[in-house]
This record gives sequence, C-alpha cells and structure tokens, in this order.
Amino acid sequence: MTLTILIWLPLAIALVASQLPAQWAGRIAVLNSLITLGIAIDFLARFKLGHAGLQFVTDKVWISSLGIHYKLGLDGLNVALVVTTCIVFCAAMLWSAPRTWDRPRTFYFQFALAQSGVLGAFCAQDLALFVAFFDLMLIPFFFLSGIWGGEDRVRATTKLVIYTLVGSFFMLVGAIATGVLAASQHGTSLTFVLSSLQALPLSHSSQIWIFLCFAIAFLVKMPLVPFHGWLRDGYKAMPIPAVAVFSAILSKVAAYGFLRIVLPLFPYAAVHFQVVMLVIALVSILWGTVVAFTTPDARLVVAYSSVAQLGFITLGIFSLHPDGGQGALLQMVNHALVTAPLFFIVAALAERAGGSEKLADMGGIAFRAPILATLALIITLATLAIPGSSNFIGEFLILFGVFNAKLGISMIAALGVVGAAVYALRLYIRALHNRVGPRVTSFEITVREAVPVVGMVLVILVLAFYPQFGLKRSAPSLRSSIAAAQLQGAVGSRQVAQAP
Amino acid sequence: MSFVLTLAVAHLKGPHIDWASFMPFVILGGGALIVLLVGLLGGSEHTATRGRVVPVLTIAVLAAFMVIGISRFHHPASIIAGALSVDDLALVLDMIFAVAAIACVLLSLRARAPETAGHGEYYALLLFSVLGMSVLVSAQDLVTLFVGFELLSIPLYVLCASEYRREGSLESGLKYLVIGSVGSATLVYGLALVYGATGATSFSAIANRISGGALATGVLGDPLLLTGLGLVLVGFAFKASVAPFHQWTPDVYEGAPTPITAFMATATKAAALGVLLRFFDVAAIDLQNIWAPAMATIAAITIIVGNVGALGQSSIKRMLGYSSVAQAGYMLTGVVVGTRLGVDATVLYLTVYLMMNLAAFAVIMGVQDERSDGDDISGIAGLGARSPWLAWPMTIAMLALAGIPGTVGFIGKFQLIHALVNGDYTWLAIVLVLGSMISLAYYLRVIAAIWMRSPTPSPGPGYTAESSRRILAPIAGGSPEADALGSDGAATAAVSSSFSTRFPEVTLVAVVFGAACVVFGIFPSPLFDLAAHAGQAIGGLF
Repeated sequence: MTLTILIWLPLAIALVASQLPAQWAGRIAVLNSLITLGIAIDFLARFKLGHAGLQFVTDKVWISSLGIHYKLGLDGLNVALVVTTCIVFCAAMLWSAPRTWDRPRTFYFQFALAQSGVLGAFCAQDLALFVAFFDLMLIPFFFLSGIWGGEDRVRATTKLVIYTLVGSFFMLVGAIATGVLAASQHGTSLTFVLSSLQALPLSHSSQIWIFLCFAIAFLVKMPLVPFHGWLRDGYKAMPIPAVAVFSAILSKVAAYGFLRIVLPLFPYAAVHFQVVMLVIALVSILWGTVVAFTTPDARLVVAYSSVAQLGFITLGIFSLHPDGGQGALLQMVNHALVTAPLFFIVAALAERAGGSEKLADMGGIAFRAPILATLALIITLATLAIPGSSNFIGEFLILFGVFNAKLGISMIAALGVVGAAVYALRLYIRALHNRVGPRVTSFEITVREAVPVVGMVLVILVLAFYPQFGLKRSAPSLRSSIAAAQLQGAVGSRQVAQAP
Repeated sequence: MSFVLTLAVAHLKGPHIDWASFMPFVILGGGALIVLLVGLLGGSEHTATRGRVVPVLTIAVLAAFMVIGISRFHHPASIIAGALSVDDLALVLDMIFAVAAIACVLLSLRARAPETAGHGEYYALLLFSVLGMSVLVSAQDLVTLFVGFELLSIPLYVLCASEYRREGSLESGLKYLVIGSVGSATLVYGLALVYGATGATSFSAIANRISGGALATGVLGDPLLLTGLGLVLVGFAFKASVAPFHQWTPDVYEGAPTPITAFMATATKAAALGVLLRFFDVAAIDLQNIWAPAMATIAAITIIVGNVGALGQSSIKRMLGYSSVAQAGYMLTGVVVGTRLGVDATVLYLTVYLMMNLAAFAVIMGVQDERSDGDDISGIAGLGARSPWLAWPMTIAMLALAGIPGTVGFIGKFQLIHALVNGDYTWLAIVLVLGSMISLAYYLRVIAAIWMRSPTPSPGPGYTAESSRRILAPIAGGSPEADALGSDGAATAAVSSSFSTRFPEVTLVAVVFGAACVVFGIFPSPLFDLAAHAGQAIGGLF
C-alpha cells in the first residue's frame, strides 16, 4: 500500500461514481471518504516512532528534463495532518450526503478532487510537485463556491480564486528560482526534490526574495492580515461543507508549507524576517479576535476566529523554537478538528433561526435542543482553549516557544487567548441562550446533523485526553525542520555580539 | 519562344535539389494544386459531393505531409544550396502547422466560409498558407524567408475575407491585408538593410560577418545593420501580433471565420516565432547584447497590453485575440534569453499553445453553430448544463491558458520561467507572472459563465445559423455555387437536440485537444523531448 493509492483513490472512485446514477452519489462519496480514512489510519498505525526521516517513500522521476520527481513520503510533520484531512473530509461528506444538491455527481466529484489535491500537497516531497498540488486543490473550491454557493457567489469566488492564485504564481516563480539558483550556485544538475535542495543552501540575497514569494502565497491562503481581503466574501459564499473543509484543511496546507519548505530551505531568510512574521501573526491574532467579537454574523465569527488561530500557528512556527513548532503543529490539528464542526453547528443554528446566520436572529435555541447545545458547548470550550483541551496545550506550547524567542510579542499574544474566550462564549451565549430570537423555531438535533458533529467531538475528546498522540510522532521531524533556522539564528546573534 | 526558353535553361545552372528532403514542400504545393482542381470538377449540382471530397483530400495531403515530416526526423538536411534547412526545429513546427490545419479543416466542414468561397479555393489557400509557413521556418536565407513570409500571408488575407456575405469577415480581411502589407514592407526593407550592411543573404554568412568584426563599430555597433534588425523585428512583430503592432489582432480574430481564426492564432503565431528564433538566435546571435534588451522590453509591453486588453472584452474571440497577444509576449521571452533552454521553452510553449487554443476555438465554433451569438460570453452561459462535452474542453483550455497545474499551460510557463531565471532575466519572469495573474480575471470569467450562470435565451426566435445564412445577401461577388446556396437556402443540416451528435467533428476536435491539455500536463515528457530535439537544430547556443 503506497501513498499514491491514498492520494489518488478518492479521485479514482469519484471518477467511477460520476458515471453511476446520481442518487448513489452521496452514499458513494461517504464510502469513498471512509475508505480513504481507513487507509490513512493504516498508515498512522504503521508509522514508526522516533524517526526524523521520511517513511513510506515513493520516488519516481516525473519530468526528467527538469529534475522533477514524483516523490511522496510521510514524516512527523504531515502524518497527523493527513489523518486529520481524511477525518474532516469524512465529516463533510457525512454532512452533505443526506442533503440534496443540484448536480450531485459533479458536487461530490469536486470534493474528491479537493481531497486528492490536499493529500498530495501534504505528502509531496518535491517542490514542483507541491506547487502543482497546492494550486490543484484550489480549483474544486472555485466550482464548489461558484456553483453551489450563496448569494453574490460568482464575484466572491472570483475574488477568492484570484487572490490565492496570485499568491500561487509568486510561489511558482519562487519554486523555479529555488531549483535553478540552487543548481547554478552549486554547479549541480537541476533538481526540485526537497531533501536534495536542503543540501544545496542558497545565497542569502536569493533566500530573501524567494522567501517573500513563498510567504505571500502561504499568507494569502491562510489568510493572515493584511492578505485576508477575500476571506469575508469567500467564506460567506461557500456552501457549508466546502467552507468547513476550506477553513479546517486548506489553511493548514499553507501553515504546513512554512514548516516543510520555507524553514528548511530558507533558514537565513526565516531568521531575517522572523520579527516581521511574528508581528503579522500578532496583528492577525488581535485583529481576528476583535472582528470575531464584533461581527453580527455567526459564520463570520468562526471565520475570523480562524484568522486569530492561524495567527497563533504562525506565531509558533516563527518562534523558531522546537516547543513553539510543536505547539503550532498540534494547534493545526486542533483547529481543523474544532472549526469544521463549528461550521456544522452554525448551519444547524441557521436552520433553526429561519435560515439566517445573523446572531441577532438566533437565541434561546438551547431551550428545546439540549443535546445540540451540549455538543456546541464542548466545541466552544475547545475553541477557547480551556485547560484540559488539546487546544490549551497547543496554545501553551506556542506561547512558551515565543516566550523563549521574543518576550514582548508573547505577552501581547497572550491577550489573544483571553479574546478567544470572549468571542467563543459570545457566539455560544447569543446563539443558544439569551431571549428566544424572533424567527427561531428550535428543535432537537437530528441524526443527519448529529452524525458528523458527534464524530468530530469524539475525536476532540480523545485528543484532549491524549495530546501526546500527535506530539510524540512529530517531535523528531520538527526538530530537523527548524534545525537550520535555529542554527542560523544562533550564528546571527553571535555575529551581532561580536560586531562591536 | 521555346527556343529561347531552352537556351535559358541550358545556361542557367540551378542548384542541386535533394528531392527526398524537398518532398514535404512538394507534397504541400502539389496537394494544394490538386485540391484546387478537384474543387473545380463537376457543376453546381455536385456541391454537396465536393463539400465532402475536398476536405478529405486536404486532410490526406496534410497527413502525407506529416508522415513525410516524421520520417525525416533526426535527418537534418540543407537543401537548394543552403536556402532551406529541413531540420528538427522546422519539422516540429511543421507538425504544429499540419495539426492546426487539420483541425481547421475539421472545424470548416459545416462552416459557412468554404461554401461561400468555394471548397476548392478555400482548402487550397489553406494548404498554400501551410506551405508558406513551412518554407518560412525552414528558411536559411533572407530571400527564402521573404518568399515564405508572403506565401503564408497572402492566402490568409483571402481566407479571412472568405465569408464575404458577412460584413465582419470582409472588414477583417481588408484590415489584415492593409496592416499585413505594412508589416511585409517593413520586413523587406529591414532585410534589405541587413543585406546592405553584411553583404550576405544566408543566415550563417550574416552571423559570420557579425562575429568576424567586419562591420563598423560605433557606440551601438553598425547603424545600418541595427536599423535593419529593428525593422525586421517590427515586421515579424506585426505577424506575431506583438505589441505595439498588435492592434489588428482582436478585430481580425473577431471578424474572420472561426476556423480560420483558430488556424491563424496557432499556426501563424508558431511560424512567426519560429522564424524569430531562427533569425535572432542564429543570424544575429552575436549582437544579442544589443537586441535582447529591446526585445525584452517589447515582450514585457506585449504581456501587459495583451492581458489588460483582454480584461474588458465580451466577445470570446476578441478576448482570445488579446490573450494571443499576451501569449506571444510570453513566447517572445524565450527568444530574448538566447539560450538553448530559451529555444526549448519557446518551442514547447508553441506546442502547448496549439492544444489550448484549438480546444477553445473548437468550442466557440460549436457554440456559434448552435446559437447566433455564440461568440459572445453570454452565449456560453450555462454551457455546463447544456452540453458538457463542449463545456469541459473549454474549461480545461481556459485553465491551461491561465497556467494551472495539471494542464499543459503550467508546464509551458514553468519551462519559460525556468529559461528566464536561468538566463538572468528574472525581472522578465516576474512580468510574465504578473501577466498571468491579470489573465486569471478574464479566463475565470469564461469558466464562471459556463458553470455558474444560467443560459440566456437566444436573441430572437428563429434566428439560427440556418436562417441567418439565408438572410445574408451577397455583399461581394462569389462562386456560382455560393450564389445558388444563397438564393435557395439548400443544405440545411438536420437539427437535433443533442449537440454532440449534430456536430461530431467539432466536438471531436474540442475533446481531443482538451484531453491533450490534461494528458500532456500530467505526462509532459514527450513534449520536452520534442522541444529538446527542435532546440538542437539551433546550434551554437549554450
């Protein structure tokens, strides 16, 4: 069983399903995501602990004249994310299957394509392959939000796609330049394999501009302030399963890109821009928190809370400290597991509030729906990182890492933890408690709503009791990912010390 | 009279001709004449038969041309005293012309243009144009270069106007004729100056004179030669629709019959860029430090102008016209760097460009046959629900033109950027990328229209392709068969609801090239090999 099967199976099954009767499409999609999840768990079970290197490597020459390989592999950085991806897709399919969609075969085909693209981006160990998957996974979302989206969808979709593809083009230039300049600066033949590129460090000036190319692509995809222009319209326009997957998974691919590509390949630039990136992360945390606290729209509360959460993740990555990085990785998984069911909850609330996602139209829903309220409460508490949750450990590790690197920034960032409690509880109280909203007709959670949410809540609980599960696997790989940057930082500070 | 002729023949000793290597040209030229003559057979009662026989014959000629070309692969030959060189670069480009021409024939099968202009004339002109392109890219000499250039252009002027019952087509032909003539005049003037400066007409001799330092050396080198080179560049720029000599492109593309637009967009562009490669990367390569900055500037301007121009277009043909301007700019960057990699990248992009555009134009052709306003972006609204066999190729073509991974467009841009970064033109790579970003806006608009908008009703009931054919009165004189057609409105195609059964050949072209865009986007190695072989033909680069 190779990673190739894991990546392409969703697409292959969806291609077959697109020729079968339309009424089967939903069930096949659920089955498809379950099979993929099973394969991913099988990989997780066979994953050997304590190894920093890649496992389950597939390495074939793809385009020989450009030195591009079809190289896939799992290590501590991506194994948890791959499983999380499969879990979230599974939940999204379980949520979609009982509902009716226009042109169902195309709808589920887009999700399968997205899953193949995301899994490919996580597993790719070749720079060009990563770029290809990174762009590929966007295409299905163009259709998902453009065809099945809400009002004003075409404009919002175009905006979203242009924003992210512009970033991708920068990344394309950066990727090609990395390969070409590495080959010319070291006099070797052209290669894009990440492990080979790591052995061919670029000159400092090249690193700086290439870093910027990659950073733009990743920051737009996450998004962090000030690259978030598409966020509001994009998240409002997407159908619920699409926005759940997009917010939970696609933003993580960008964060993962920093750990997989940017830190190992451009360590000098990572140190050079450390403060800039930390400040961007910090601004995103504060700005996301403030807007999430003030926006009147339930879906946008979740959307802007993810800006703040991704700010935390970026903060952890650019602490350039092993603990911060560990926290960032853990938080990526946590946020993915929390944000997807939150969107499902928002959809359930909107259904009870006459289809409106405005907080003002909600309220008092918990009265007739105690189970729904309980589930929502668990997810809310996880979101605000209550001690005992895995999110708490993630945020703690991140702040701990930043504390070691930049004391001042970590102190301001801690405000974000407080802010998260404010906006998460506000969402919960305004929607589920308070006076019963004008258009609210509350009823208990239905089976079709419950299945995906309960599944995700169980995973959240498991991770809360056993956060070591992820941390144990990621530690060695993470250390090797940030080793170069740490070394660079140490050299830099020594030079500064010697300068006077 | 015959005595004089014999005398002349006896005294004129022509160069030796290697007929085996010359065969591709013979086949095209001879085939064109046969097609023309077959088109004249029979009276007006055999119109329908002619409409079937002549295209088949044309495709047979083109297929023979391709077979001969493939068999000559890896056997570079210089023929007719070094005037023509049938090497791998020429052969790869010949394949592009032939594929474009075959697609054009298939798209023309039910089009109005060949019926109006007469089947024999229409297809013979197409073949002559291919012959001209083939001569042009094989040319190793200023004289053959110009012969090829004119042989390519003149049939196209006529073909653009071949649907002469429609004002747009006539306007397009006239516009192309006037502007194309200016381009030709500029080119021939430039060629004359180059000859005047170097005293040689063959490319290798010109390169020798330049590198031998036999020319005046001023601040900018030899002014006569540089003026000549500049005018030559302008001449080619007209043909390749490079800004600021591109203004004719959208008008001509919009007005010309769609099959001819498809052919012009792909084959003419390939020919013009092929000869640019030959001329600037062989003959004038030693002056690269002088012409490259100028050409780089032009390329950058072209990319920006083309992409910005395409933004506001509502006619898809016009939009693709501007997009082809931008794409010409992309490909020109491969010429600018003047390295083997640059040549490879340009040739690769030409093949890629062929697939993307043929798929797109085939879809436009299909939609146009279905609806009278098919060329407008509202005509393809809701195509995804209406006829998925056209919607998917169009979607793929647009994604490929935008350069999305998984399509050939990504591979083409990847290799171009690779060549640019490698040749120290990173700023031009950035311009290319900026251009691609702008282009997203208009390519995505088409995809959005296909999948995300509901179809708008066709303007006015009954105004279909059939009836509009009858409405149009003759504007200029035409063949007797066309007038007969115009008066009695014969040859009405059976109308059925399913599009793909109505126009199988148009759908076929769209699907084949749409699939090629994806297949070669995932497995691009054959394209790289092809481009690398073609690049080897241009020696002396590193």
